[in-house]
Amino acid sequence: MTRLTRSLRFQQLAERDINKETFVEEWPDAGLIVADGPNDPQPSLSLSPPTPTLSHAKRTVVEMDGKPREQFDMIDTFIADHCLDLRVAGEAMGAPSLQLARMLADINVPAHEVRRLVLGCTPAKLCDIVRHMSVLEMMMGLAKMRVRRTPANQAHVTNKRENPALLAADAAEAALRGFAEAETTVGIARMAPLNALAILVGTQTGRAGVLTQCAIEESMGLRVAMKGLTSYAETLSVYGTERSFVDGDDTPWSKGFLASAYASRGIKIRFTSGTGSEALMGSSEGKSMLYLEARCLCVTRGAGSQGVQNGSISCIALPESLPGGVRAVLAENLIASMLGLEVASGNDALASHSAIRKSAKLMLQFIPGTDFIFSGYSAVPRRDNMFGGGNFDAEDFDDYNVLQRDMQVDGGLRPVTEDEVLAIRRKGAQTIQAAYAGMGFPAIRDDEVEAAVIAHGSDDMPARDMVADLAAADGFLAGDKTIVDVIHALRERGFAQTAGALDEMLRQRALGDYLQPAAIFLPNLHANGSEDESLRVLSAITDPNDYTGPGTGYRVSSQRWREMQRLPQQHSPRDFIADRTGQPLTNLHEVGEARQGRFNEVIVAVGPAFGASLVKTINGLDHDAVLQAIFTGVAKEGMTARLIKVYRTSDCAQLGFTASSYSGSGIGVGLQSRGTAVIHRRGMPRLHNLELFSFSPSMTLELYEALGRNAARYARGEVVKPVSVIVDNWARLRLIVKTALLHRHETDAIRDKPAQELFFDWEPDV
Amino acid sequence: MTFQISPDTLRHQAEVAQGAGYTQLAENLRRAAELTAVPNETLLKMYELLRPGRSTQAELLAMADALERDYRAIETAAFVREAAAVYAKRNLFKRE
Repeated sequence: MTRLTRSLRFQQLAERDINKETFVEEWPDAGLIVADGPNDPQPSLSLSPPTPTLSHAKRTVVEMDGKPREQFDMIDTFIADHCLDLRVAGEAMGAPSLQLARMLADINVPAHEVRRLVLGCTPAKLCDIVRHMSVLEMMMGLAKMRVRRTPANQAHVTNKRENPALLAADAAEAALRGFAEAETTVGIARMAPLNALAILVGTQTGRAGVLTQCAIEESMGLRVAMKGLTSYAETLSVYGTERSFVDGDDTPWSKGFLASAYASRGIKIRFTSGTGSEALMGSSEGKSMLYLEARCLCVTRGAGSQGVQNGSISCIALPESLPGGVRAVLAENLIASMLGLEVASGNDALASHSAIRKSAKLMLQFIPGTDFIFSGYSAVPRRDNMFGGGNFDAEDFDDYNVLQRDMQVDGGLRPVTEDEVLAIRRKGAQTIQAAYAGMGFPAIRDDEVEAAVIAHGSDDMPARDMVADLAAADGFLAGDKTIVDVIHALRERGFAQTAGALDEMLRQRALGDYLQPAAIFLPNLHANGSEDESLRVLSAITDPNDYTGPGTGYRVSSQRWREMQRLPQQHSPRDFIADRTGQPLTNLHEVGEARQGRFNEVIVAVGPAFGASLVKTINGLDHDAVLQAIFTGVAKEGMTARLIKVYRTSDCAQLGFTASSYSGSGIGVGLQSRGTAVIHRRGMPRLHNLELFSFSPSMTLELYEALGRNAARYARGEVVKPVSVIVDNWARLRLIVKTALLHRHETDAIRDKPAQELFFDWEPDV
Repeated sequence: MTFQISPDTLRHQAEVAQGAGYTQLAENLRRAAELTAVPNETLLKMYELLRPGRSTQAELLAMADALERDYRAIETAAFVREAAAVYAKRNLFKRE
């Protein structure tokens, strides 16, 4: 339809970032529905009949979610045989879903009571529970069900030129900024061992104990981990339909075997799933995204993975194109935590053009806190993020730190200074340079180190021979050398601190404490405040989430709160207005109590601090010059002005009111020290006025002169056109602290003393 | 310095996980304890054989037998046999 007219407002709206997004209606048969689809099964579960000789453990599932066992696909079979806790299944499936939903939101029900029952629930039952919950209730549930008490965050560290010095420098900075994990990946798959090494060395230089991984093909990932180049693996993907699972080149059993293979080498793993992947792979079987994700999560639990990365991950734009998509993504995070899985809760891939939408979505994980709020916060610029963007990136660091400070929410990061960052980046780049030299890899030149120290992204880096790096990567992967050789090389070259941190990571690998759910490492703090090289594990075992309402669970400690407050951009308000004070004006003299005027005149009443403890307006205009401008304006209209100082108020309206009461013409001007002014006429209500100049930051001497002219014209009884003032709505925002402090100064100067006549030693040049 | 976790440590971690209610993680760690004995290259090959369409039923069952016989990996062998039964039913073996 061609419209005859177009709304200018709709034209503006069409230009907004939000309208670059795709929004579609639901289409269940194509899997384009986020939850509660018409083809989703109803929850049900039947077990083989109990016999006196069979314990619960020997009973089997004969029907689940409306499907008899004969029709089970491999996923159904795996869930029935590995995930469901048949000892509680009867009780759990018999409990009304609404009751279970209420238990989730109820702060008085501890996590373990809910989880006991949840482990007996089928995928359809899990969906039926969260169906009853609003996002607020889900957030309450997530805060309680999260496995680890302390929330944390994960970084993505990549660059499109795969420069090792830059990877190490960015990894060191990410560690300094507080990330508990760092993940890299590859542009060219063969580069994996070198990229993994760069972020491992970088992070351990920045802060010992950061867990690192490299997202690559499954077998390659295990090879790299066996060499000691990674400490965890995350991209063990699972899917909610058999077809997509097989297209992903695995089965629940191969994934389960892989999980055990990693654990057999002391390496932490988490699976990856998320709404939308099956629909994107064309094999949704007409089921809703959340139902399929619930199946993934049951497979994940069943395979013995300690956790999952979910929250739609790289498919996020798909659920977000549909109604309720962001809610469904929160629901999948919640279901994972209900099942006792560590959750790295998405927020990673580019999800929205709109800064409002991406930030609002983040709040659903940020406020309750998850084990990893991001499963990859891009610690590099978006153009260097090899994971497909990065919904939040290095350019959002300051915004993120401010969000933590605004809400007193621990989002896992800390503000850092430029000096600290430069120093740690240098250390990171120099350490990988030494590692490369020691291992006989292609040399990292000094100019690469220097560039990496100050670089924002790979565009700031000099060229590097990638072919030579690839050959070195191939040789490293095929050869016998491991991280142990890197440690020797670093120690020989004097990089003892990083070598020690790497040693400790290997020691932890042999201890295996970090194989427990939701494990991260923190420095081992001793009672006397000192740290050593040993690490402390925070996990479901050592730091279980015990949230049961206010005063319980994770609380921001006073030390952490001080750290979160300390933005480098923050300054002391005490010296904020130092440049507005100075020597009192020498050409202003008090000459006794103010007199009642009898002639046609304009009275200017200034505030108590004017020309005394304050000598400039908020816009930096000298009080002297402001008075000259007003007096000149009055004089240009052939009138005279008289000046008084009011001591009993700092309020602008009251200054104007007082001025008019002394004025022979009844016209008075009130002028605060910060520059706000008003023209008042005797007889008007106190808060009414002829003209108000409230935007003091925008006031100029020309405007003060125009004010003076108008005041004189009012005094002459003329019809006056009000002065056009500049309206700057940002000024209030920008200057609110200064405004408050200047006004405090004015108010401090209030005395219980009548208004004083001021002699202004100046003659207008008219 | 070696960085190989020992089977005893893994079994201990399995007990800790079991005690805290993480039953399946405990099972995984027990399988892992068994797999510490399997050399890297063999482990990678075994994983490959379990992926869809990689092995015949006979090959997968032979792998389960090898796990049990050569590495005393009883629980892992049972896990693989279970996979073989499902693969047969769901047509996930290599097409011959």
